[in-house]
Amino acid sequence: MSSSTWNLEPSLESRGVVSLKERYELYIDGNWVAPKQGRYFDSINPADAQVLAQVAYSDSADIDLAVKAARKAYTQVWSKMSGTERGKYLFRIARLMQEKARELAVLETLDGGKPIRESRDIDVPLACNHFFYYAGWADKLQEAFPGQKMAALGVAGQITPWNFPLLMLAWKVAPALACGNTVVLKPAETTSLTALKFAEICQEAGLPAGVVNIVTGFGDSGAALVAHPDIDKIAFTGSTAVGKQIQKACIGTSKKTTLELGGKSANIILEDAPIDAAVEGIINAIFFNQGHVCCAGSRLFVQESIAQRVIDKLKFRMQSLYLGNPLDKNTDIGAINSEKQLQTIASYIQLGLAEGAEMYQPDCTVPSSGYYCKPTLFIDVAQSMRIAQEEIFGPVLTIQTFRTIDEVIEKANNSPYGLAAGVWTDKGSRIFGLSQALKAGVVWANTYNKFDPASPFGGYKESGFGREGGLHGLSAYLKPSF
Amino acid sequence: MHADHTLSDFHYWLTASPTIDQVGVTERIARIQARSVKGAAKLHGLRMVLNMIDLTTLEGKDSPAKVRQLCYKAQHLHEQAEGLPTVAAVCVYPTMVETAKKALGTSGVKIAAVSTAFPSGQAPFEVKKIDTLFAIDHGADEIDMVISRGKFLAGEYNFVYDEIAAIKELCQNKARLKVIFETGELDTLDQVRRLSDLAIAAGADFIKTSTGKIPVAATFPVVYTMLGAIKDHYDRTGIQIGMKPAGGISSSKLALQHLLLVKEVLGEAWLTNEWYRFGASSLANDVLMQYQKQQTGKYQSAAYFSID
Repeated sequence: MSSSTWNLEPSLESRGVVSLKERYELYIDGNWVAPKQGRYFDSINPADAQVLAQVAYSDSADIDLAVKAARKAYTQVWSKMSGTERGKYLFRIARLMQEKARELAVLETLDGGKPIRESRDIDVPLACNHFFYYAGWADKLQEAFPGQKMAALGVAGQITPWNFPLLMLAWKVAPALACGNTVVLKPAETTSLTALKFAEICQEAGLPAGVVNIVTGFGDSGAALVAHPDIDKIAFTGSTAVGKQIQKACIGTSKKTTLELGGKSANIILEDAPIDAAVEGIINAIFFNQGHVCCAGSRLFVQESIAQRVIDKLKFRMQSLYLGNPLDKNTDIGAINSEKQLQTIASYIQLGLAEGAEMYQPDCTVPSSGYYCKPTLFIDVAQSMRIAQEEIFGPVLTIQTFRTIDEVIEKANNSPYGLAAGVWTDKGSRIFGLSQALKAGVVWANTYNKFDPASPFGGYKESGFGREGGLHGLSAYLKPSF
Repeated sequence: MHADHTLSDFHYWLTASPTIDQVGVTERIARIQARSVKGAAKLHGLRMVLNMIDLTTLEGKDSPAKVRQLCYKAQHLHEQAEGLPTVAAVCVYPTMVETAKKALGTSGVKIAAVSTAFPSGQAPFEVKKIDTLFAIDHGADEIDMVISRGKFLAGEYNFVYDEIAAIKELCQNKARLKVIFETGELDTLDQVRRLSDLAIAAGADFIKTSTGKIPVAATFPVVYTMLGAIKDHYDRTGIQIGMKPAGGISSSKLALQHLLLVKEVLGEAWLTNEWYRFGASSLANDVLMQYQKQQTGKYQSAAYFSID
């Protein structure tokens, strides 16, 4: 028998586990409340451009209602409750999320376009783990800050991005509640559905009304939340441009802010690296979640002596990436989150060609409907090209070579961003040297895109400030009390 | 063609065996194992598995009758199912080669003979030579030799290289040489990689994980590491080397995952029994059972599948 093409058949995860309403109202004070102006917008499945559900479009009057509910819940219930009791609610939420893990995973994939493999194996389990982790802290806040008495901030306004909708919600809601705050959360407009499903979980968990409020909408809804005078804290994850607007809006107020913004992270392969593992790491760094990852390793630096081998191996590996229906269990690269983002990525690919970089895309078929982008390499990129400087937020990798370690440190740090970096080498000493020299919030060694609730995450420079996760994540929702 | 690395080929010697990262290997394998093989792709995969099996009996108590039965099964896996291939080869001791040769006739099923004092390799080189020549003279198409693990672990790489190269000489133009590492006796994946590069340089046509005689055999990390060496050699020279995991792959699911690994690491050119084999004694029946299940929708009792 001679060799032959062996192509896998689609292996689709069932949509049947997801129960969706046709229309979602705002979740305020434990109830579903219609938006004052009666406006709704469509939530689209980017895999086929079909409408999944209608979602309420909140305005400042709705936001005001939500903040008032959160304030009331804070003063009357949540701030008076013991940490032990708060922890119980968080544990209950975590367990309910686990019980509904499959539904949450399928819904996350339907609404956002990410492969079911990722939502099932990464997003949802990690989101559950964040609740478990912070549930454990709720009654140990005094031990977390020895010698200091800490108090909750009050009402937190939280704005989450569309790339990891449920996970980013967990990063924000879990520590806030554990520390005794109440929240008003606005999810990104293209991915509201798992946040609304989370609201149902809060109801089911019997969480006191008003502790969690979910207000859906667009940027103006978020702006109204940021501008509300009775908010004590704004936590935002999203683009650097919006982060700057938020920071400006908070100047002169008593609002505390944490901003987790964009990135253009360097992934550095030294010549003594375990080369196949490094190639796999490059794939995970840039093609995870279609590159819609703030800490994506989007700038690859390969040491000159192994550059050609790495690039050859990378091209070969890219041929075995499955691009297509995100619900297919074999899909590695799903749909781009929205038509708008697809256009942004496409314009950067055009820009890369215009800037004279050499492009590579594997030979794969792209579904005819929905929003898809082939995984893309740009080789022979210069530090001065815009594709190497600006965050593309898509499956597009720029590749540069370097000769000396000093040179790569300089180039890696030569960016307005400083969110993450990767270092691949067999030598522990080089790991320590580079991780001290790289100005990045996270430096991964011989791995990439690894997250854990116990590990703080956040950026330098225009990648933001404040940390989420771990002990550091607690201090973002507490203040010293005298 | 082989043993072609002159002392001045510095690029080869300085880059031949990259370090292997155990954590990275585990993660890569997890990605493969998360793949889902269904429907016609599964049927096709199962047929490939059957066609890649080296149906094996390597017992002290092997009899000519048992070998004849094995040879019949090799050609007639399950008469109740249509369109099944034969296995790739039967794998026996040198003393059974003649019996197998007669039983297999012109079926195209190959005869693989284990050699060089299988399974331990603990014999003087002269004995290993005689062992190999005996098998070839009686008609073996393939020689499955074991390396001297003790020498490899002691760092005597030249000894191991020379032994493989010498056996290769005997096989030249008569039999294909499979080199068995017995990876369960090696300690690290770095060693597996180094030995893969050494064996390929010394002239192996196939590299093979295990004898099947010790508990730890063809694990995914080991197989993945060996495939990496084969890929790098191919990229460098354009020469294909075959791979044979042996021992421990007893279910269809595992076998299909191994084929996915081959497809993604090496490419489809290796998805043929010319370049890929499973050394197994009990795998075939599980594959047949899954094949029938896929065809009929029902699992049949194990009693319906012959145990030859």
